[in-house]
Amino acid sequence: MKKLQVLGLGLFIVGLSIFSYLPFIGQYQLEETMVEAEVKSEHQEVMLSILRPMFGETYQINFQFISDLNRLIDAHNDDLKIREAWDEVIWDDYSFPLTKAAANTPISDYPLAYFSLSVLLAIFGAMLYIVPLYRGEPEGIKNNGIYFSSMKSRGLLGIITGTYLILFYVLLYWFPAYIANLVIMVDPLSKALSGQEASQWFLYGLLYTLAILVMGIRMFRKYKGNMYQTIRTASVMFFQLAFAFLIPEILILLNKPWHDFKNIWPLDYSFFYDYRLEGMVSSGALGMFMLVWGIVLIVIGVPLLTYFYGKRWYCSWVCGCGGLAETLGDPYRQLSDKTLKAWKVERYLVHGVLVFAVLMTAVTLANYFMEFGLLGQATNQLHSIYGFAIGAAFAGVVGTGFYPLMGNRVWCRFGCPLAAYLGIVQRFKSRFRITTNGGQCISCGNCSTYCEMGIDVRWYAQRGQNIVRASCVGCGVCSAVCPRGVLKLENGTEDGRINDMPIIIGNKSVQVKS
Amino acid sequence: MSKRKIVIIGNGISGITCARNIRKNDEQADILVISGETKYFYSRTALMYIYMGHMKFEHTKPYEDWFWEKNRIDLLQAWIELVDFQQKKLICHNGDTIHYDHLILATGSKPAILDWPGKQLNGVQGLYSYQDLELMAEKTKGIKSAVVVGGGLIGIEMAEMLASRKIHVTFIVRESNFWDNVLPKEEAMLINKHIREHGIDLRLSTELDEILDDGKGNVKAIRTKNGDTVSCEFVGITIGVIPNIDFLRDTDLELGKGILVDTYFRTNLANVYAIGDCAEFRDSIGENRKKIEQVWYTGRMHGESLAHNLSSARVMPYQPGVWFNSAKFFDIEYQTYGNVPPQIEEDSETFYWEDKSGKVAIRFNYLKHSECFQGVNAFGWRLRHEFFDRAISEKWTIDRVIGQLDKSSFNPEFYKPYHRLVLDAYNKTRGKAVKFRKTSFFHKLIGSRA
Ligand SMILES: Cc1cc2nc3c(=O)[nH]c(=O)nc-3n(C[C@H](O)[C@H](O)[C@H](O)COP(=O)(O)OP(=O)(O)OC[C@H]3O[C@@H](n4cnc5c(N)ncnc54)[C@H](O)[C@@H]3O)c2cc1C
Ligand code: SF4
Ligand code: SF4
Repeated sequence: MKKLQVLGLGLFIVGLSIFSYLPFIGQYQLEETMVEAEVKSEHQEVMLSILRPMFGETYQINFQFISDLNRLIDAHNDDLKIREAWDEVIWDDYSFPLTKAAANTPISDYPLAYFSLSVLLAIFGAMLYIVPLYRGEPEGIKNNGIYFSSMKSRGLLGIITGTYLILFYVLLYWFPAYIANLVIMVDPLSKALSGQEASQWFLYGLLYTLAILVMGIRMFRKYKGNMYQTIRTASVMFFQLAFAFLIPEILILLNKPWHDFKNIWPLDYSFFYDYRLEGMVSSGALGMFMLVWGIVLIVIGVPLLTYFYGKRWYCSWVCGCGGLAETLGDPYRQLSDKTLKAWKVERYLVHGVLVFAVLMTAVTLANYFMEFGLLGQATNQLHSIYGFAIGAAFAGVVGTGFYPLMGNRVWCRFGCPLAAYLGIVQRFKSRFRITTNGGQCISCGNCSTYCEMGIDVRWYAQRGQNIVRASCVGCGVCSAVCPRGVLKLENGTEDGRINDMPIIIGNKSVQVKS
Repeated sequence: MSKRKIVIIGNGISGITCARNIRKNDEQADILVISGETKYFYSRTALMYIYMGHMKFEHTKPYEDWFWEKNRIDLLQAWIELVDFQQKKLICHNGDTIHYDHLILATGSKPAILDWPGKQLNGVQGLYSYQDLELMAEKTKGIKSAVVVGGGLIGIEMAEMLASRKIHVTFIVRESNFWDNVLPKEEAMLINKHIREHGIDLRLSTELDEILDDGKGNVKAIRTKNGDTVSCEFVGITIGVIPNIDFLRDTDLELGKGILVDTYFRTNLANVYAIGDCAEFRDSIGENRKKIEQVWYTGRMHGESLAHNLSSARVMPYQPGVWFNSAKFFDIEYQTYGNVPPQIEEDSETFYWEDKSGKVAIRFNYLKHSECFQGVNAFGWRLRHEFFDRAISEKWTIDRVIGQLDKSSFNPEFYKPYHRLVLDAYNKTRGKAVKFRKTSFFHKLIGSRA
């Protein structure tokens, strides 16, 4: 490692440490005016009275503040629950906005300075490390030492990284109050983009996009000379930056509903939720376009593009989850489980989630049009179960937090309902396949090892069979790492695509049907 | 079919392919595969990747462990020390005996070594088995410099392996260019350059004379026949492999360099067969084919053919199709189809093209009179096996091959279209006007080759 790279790594760690420390600095002081500003009008009176003991009190650390806040609100709610006064219970979670408002930290005064010291410093360090990677080395596969690396082979560093990511996701989804300081830090940026104060989701989107951009540059270095990888990576970087991050913010600035034009139901599971439909329907021509565009993508875009190119057009070229997996997750791709058992689990799980998403949406739509009371309750129930179990726990905590433990495509493989839909099209009606090159396979196993979807590519390659699998996201890495030029992702005619009785070229005496 | 006991010694590609294919046709037979090296079949060709940290041993097993029980193929890890062909008995290293009805010898190769002074020193070894790999990992831990002797496929792999661990490698090659007993000069020189680009000290036309001792039984240096000494802490010997048949000597089994077999893989003894690296054909099996075939693909085909003969009514002689092979020299992939000898033959013509990067090259050989295409060598350029297998067996003319070069590439999408450069060079140097068929815009858009 060059000195500059060591320095870069050091700066990255310093930046990350500061970032991780920031949530705990500053003082917290709740004022009545804050409650008036942040709490819905129907709750204001009660909240003012419940929270009275906290007014004027100065807290030195957020833990104490949040715990007092929650204790007071919970005590109030518990009492109501005992009396079964369900309507009066405060279901809204005010801990985040109140903590954010009450924070009195230097971050609010110098957000840019803190942003530079943490996020920008980490990025700068990462770039110092990444840009010189493989400089002066010939183009080729750069997998040396992966299985000796503690970070990349589930060693201590990998476990620490996984734990850190999991913790971050748990805070983000369920305890955002604890990271209020970080959100404050990105307020100015959010205001500049959309005119709104930042939420934890803005913070998340920002970090997500930065991760894809920085680690995308790493992909350029690592796969130098492989045009397929280079173009594909540039594509996910573009779609994340423009479609997932900038355009939605600009839409908000223009007072339009937030919308990510490349996100497709059922991955975008809330597309048919009533508030989204209302939002689109009431936003004039642009809103109508969003609605029609979304439906056209689902009904025509997905099947047509998947027919011509396979599901890769979405999963490894456009999708945000795929984008993160292919950039931030690339160092962990070899950790996916290749066993037959894992494949079985995968099929049950991913199709199960698809069925769940479809049913939930059907109930939602029925409710939207019929406005039937009982249905309304069921809809809410389903939404919260899906949102918690699939949207947050599976896609976020397991999907990304488990990168260093189970590989970079856990969500895409086991959970994503859109991947399941694309996969069904790819398996049964598509021109895409991975062709095997005659008898050239030496069964070395590089392809299977580096398949992030846990496909045992070698199983097919060594018997001369094309790989036609629902889960293949067409990342092209199996083909890249194959030392004998055996695998080629291609679109071709449908006949001969699926060969159940392949013959390996080369032996004229007998034709072995595998 | 009657229940017979088929015992296979050797769980490499040939033995395992044979076992699997017998099972496909024969539900009844008892099949036992014995090997001393590992219990489970692994890919020998992937040994280098374990050393370089691309994979673990686990990943080199082409089948999951449950596969063998499910297919009722029994596995035994043991070394066979003696075969009693009269009694049809095998004697293991621990004294156990095993009876067989049919015996298939698929014992592979071992590294060849010459009688150099110092060859027994600590830190001198070949690379063939998993045990060799473990030994190599142990002996090269933390060392700074190594020497690899012998410029063949395993030699260059060993050089790459050592270099991946930042060990300085001196690569000693007897020939005047790397592997030029197989590769034509231009290709061999292209690889010379690439080896050096990786920081390897490649010494051509150099032979090992002696390995020097540090006084404690460890290697300290080597001396070449030119009188140079190179200090080193490890010496890899990769001058070739020879059939692994020592335990079969002084029996009734007829041996040459390998176990002598006919084209049905039958040895001189009834119900005893040999396949893979250890088999030597008594008669030629085809033009330009060697009598001992020591590659992965042929091992597989031997296994397939013998399995067919042991489990179906009509026996067939072994008849390999068009020759093919592939390898990877550091970052440059190599594929060959058909016949491309190192020196061009009298009646043939050759067309060689090399990209200005010096990392992509292709050579076509064809007959002078008929312009019939004979074979191709490709470097840094993946070719479609099916295409060239057809072109060669159907005796296409060279013009026809060149005219369809765009269909023959197996490179990943978005790669530079080298076939255009080759076509231009071909037309220019041969005074021809060969063209590719036009692809419609729609076909380009959907990325289809058809
Ligand atoms: C490092 C390396 C890289 C290679 N790369 C390539 C490549 O890229 N492409 C290619 O085509 N070929 C390659 N080869 C050659 C290829 O691996 C061999 O041709 C092939 O493995 C031979 O298979 P086999 O079944 O004949 O024997 P083997 O794979 O050698 O299997 C024989 C087995 O029998 C066992 N055995 C032998 N004697 C006994 C006994 N007395 N008792 C018990 N067990 C015994 C051995 O331990 C061994 O496990 C490579 C070889 C090496 C060493
Ligand atoms: S990487 Fe290539 S040679 Fe190795 S097992 Fe896969 S397809 Fe076969
Ligand atoms: S099979 Fe190949 S292209 Fe498909 S997901 Fe696996 S590595 Fe990527």
